[in-house]
Amino acid sequence: MTKKQKDMLKRIILSFVLLAVLMICEHMGLFGALAGTWFLLPFYAVPYLIIGYDIICKAARNIRNGQIFDENFLMMLATFGAFGVKEYAEAAAVMLFYQVGELFQSYAVGKSRQSIADMMDICPEYANIEQEGALVQVEPDDVEVGSIIIVKPGERIPLDGIVVEGESYVDTAALTGESVPRKASAGEEIFSGCVNGSGTLKIRTTKEFDDSTVAKILELVENAGSKKAKTEKFITRFAKYYTPFVTTAAILLAFIPPLILGGGLGKWIGRACTFLVISCPCALVISVPLGFFGGIGAASRLGVLVKGGNFLEAVAEMTTIVFDKTGTLTKGEFRVTKILTAADIAEAGKVMEGGGAEEKRAACCDGSRTLLELAALGEAYSNHPIAASIREAYEAAGEKPDMSRVGEAEEIAGYGICVRVDGLEVLLGNEKLMQLKEIRYQPISDAGTIVYAACEKRFLGALVISDVVKEGAAEAIRDMKQAGVKKCVMLTGDRRQAADAVATELGIDEVHAELLPADKVTIAEKLLAGQRGKGKLAFAGDGINDAPVLTRADIGIAMGSMGSDAAIEAADVVLMDDDVRKIAAVVRCARKTLRIVKQNIVFALVVKALVLILGAFGLANMWEAVFADVGVAVLAIMNAMRALKAP
Amino acid sequence: MKKKFKLEDLDCANCAAKMEEAIKKIAGVSDVNVSFMAQKLMIEADDDRFEEIMEEVIRVCAKVEPDCRILR
Repeated sequence: MTKKQKDMLKRIILSFVLLAVLMICEHMGLFGALAGTWFLLPFYAVPYLIIGYDIICKAARNIRNGQIFDENFLMMLATFGAFGVKEYAEAAAVMLFYQVGELFQSYAVGKSRQSIADMMDICPEYANIEQEGALVQVEPDDVEVGSIIIVKPGERIPLDGIVVEGESYVDTAALTGESVPRKASAGEEIFSGCVNGSGTLKIRTTKEFDDSTVAKILELVENAGSKKAKTEKFITRFAKYYTPFVTTAAILLAFIPPLILGGGLGKWIGRACTFLVISCPCALVISVPLGFFGGIGAASRLGVLVKGGNFLEAVAEMTTIVFDKTGTLTKGEFRVTKILTAADIAEAGKVMEGGGAEEKRAACCDGSRTLLELAALGEAYSNHPIAASIREAYEAAGEKPDMSRVGEAEEIAGYGICVRVDGLEVLLGNEKLMQLKEIRYQPISDAGTIVYAACEKRFLGALVISDVVKEGAAEAIRDMKQAGVKKCVMLTGDRRQAADAVATELGIDEVHAELLPADKVTIAEKLLAGQRGKGKLAFAGDGINDAPVLTRADIGIAMGSMGSDAAIEAADVVLMDDDVRKIAAVVRCARKTLRIVKQNIVFALVVKALVLILGAFGLANMWEAVFADVGVAVLAIMNAMRALKAP
Repeated sequence: MKKKFKLEDLDCANCAAKMEEAIKKIAGVSDVNVSFMAQKLMIEADDDRFEEIMEEVIRVCAKVEPDCRILR
């Protein structure tokens, strides 16, 4: 509790005791004939003023400033009205009850703000640098790119960089929501905002603080509040009309019925006062943004950044999701998944060759290992990702390519490579290369990229290289469908066979393959036009040449750690650890938030309307009115806090 | 120019909305956002008149919600 709240608590207790004593005295008849007369006014005025003096001051000051319709003024008017009709105890009690509610409300808001702030507490306070043999703490802002910083165990990593010395496990939970610590050793990239585990790390910084991951995340989160959801905007507009409407109704209620129906003016003023108490739209104005804030907070705890309430709302209405294949559903890392020698292929295809072919092949190689060996040596100098994957497969088998065996090489762009290994002519490339060099080869229809190999004009076999599907991608698609996403579409520039294989494995509904980057936008536009009703379309990609689609879709989802800065900028939702499974979790989180917000709106409006109607007929008194004001606000805040918990 | 300020003692959400309304009306302010949850004021206004505009902002806010202070 803050000091202000503590002071308030003291006033509440004091006022409560005084009021209780007075009410008991009056009840026991100690005032005798004086009960119910003006004589008691000064007595009740004491607890009333103790608890309500600041309300009256504020109301007076606001009227002077031309701000009439605020809750202070309305409370003052309502309680003065009660005093006017000689309901002293009620006037003081209502003011007391109101202040209790306000205190509770401010406490609840403070608490929720604190818990959100704690979650966002990823900002490093200092960086350690070595100066003349001693460690000095400096502002992360002042560290230049390329400096060496030292991060001790338990400290937060202040800047992005590369580990140059030391080994440790780092806790990336604040960034990715991943609870398993990640190993960091020399040569590895490391992100700011993570907490260092048990070892000391020396890091060479690669970015300034303002460009570091942590600064970017903080900026995104801080700006999230400014993008308001439709529901939030509606509430703000509603609040603008609600208060004047209820106040006018109260004035009419106070003066019109007595003129028509006759009867005491006091009775109707009393009823009008209940109206005034209900007229503040606080429950809505606080609980709706709090709900969205909580939802964004819960998502960020999962390791997903949602850039605003409007996007959270859109995610809840998501019915179609479009994926870019490489880097989103697959790892974007190529790997040799199959090695087929000519004999294997011939066996499978029952293709017979002329005699003598087998012996000549044996002169070049004798089995799958050597096919791989020749391929690895042939690709030894290429830096193409396919070549790298072949070398990796060879090294994984425990061998090291002996570069001295590799002779001159000629790259034929769009075809492959022609290289001399141990003096033999080796061809490595696609079908077109085989055709070009007039090699008798057997085509393979496997999914993936296929590298055909030939030696001394003889077909040796082929290597199948494919991208690896991300762990949990199939589970992610299943989860999303369960969460209510109706259609999953995949876009890729890859060959149709490769695309279809991945789509079947993952359970994708629609595939568009062999696309150029520009085609992706066209298809996304078509899908957007095909969306029916309120359903929203999301696009998930790693941002490598799909930033335009990210912007164009209703919701752009980018991969945070693998994606480019441009993609993170263009996206509305960022998956910090590139885990597509998180999408389903965010959908659930968004739906829950929207549900809570709607509950609050309906609950607050129904209670208020009910008490207004009852009040007009004299069936609800000041107590119910105060409940409809602060009581509802407190309940709505407590409900909104549920959004903070991830489903 | 876009700038952020911390707000102290911003106690009611409705007041935050009112402050936002009032600041929006000041000439030279192109965008403003008063966040009740974050207790922050984000303001975008003409560069060369920024100081002048900020003074006006403080004056206007004192009228709407005298308890709330803008820290700068």
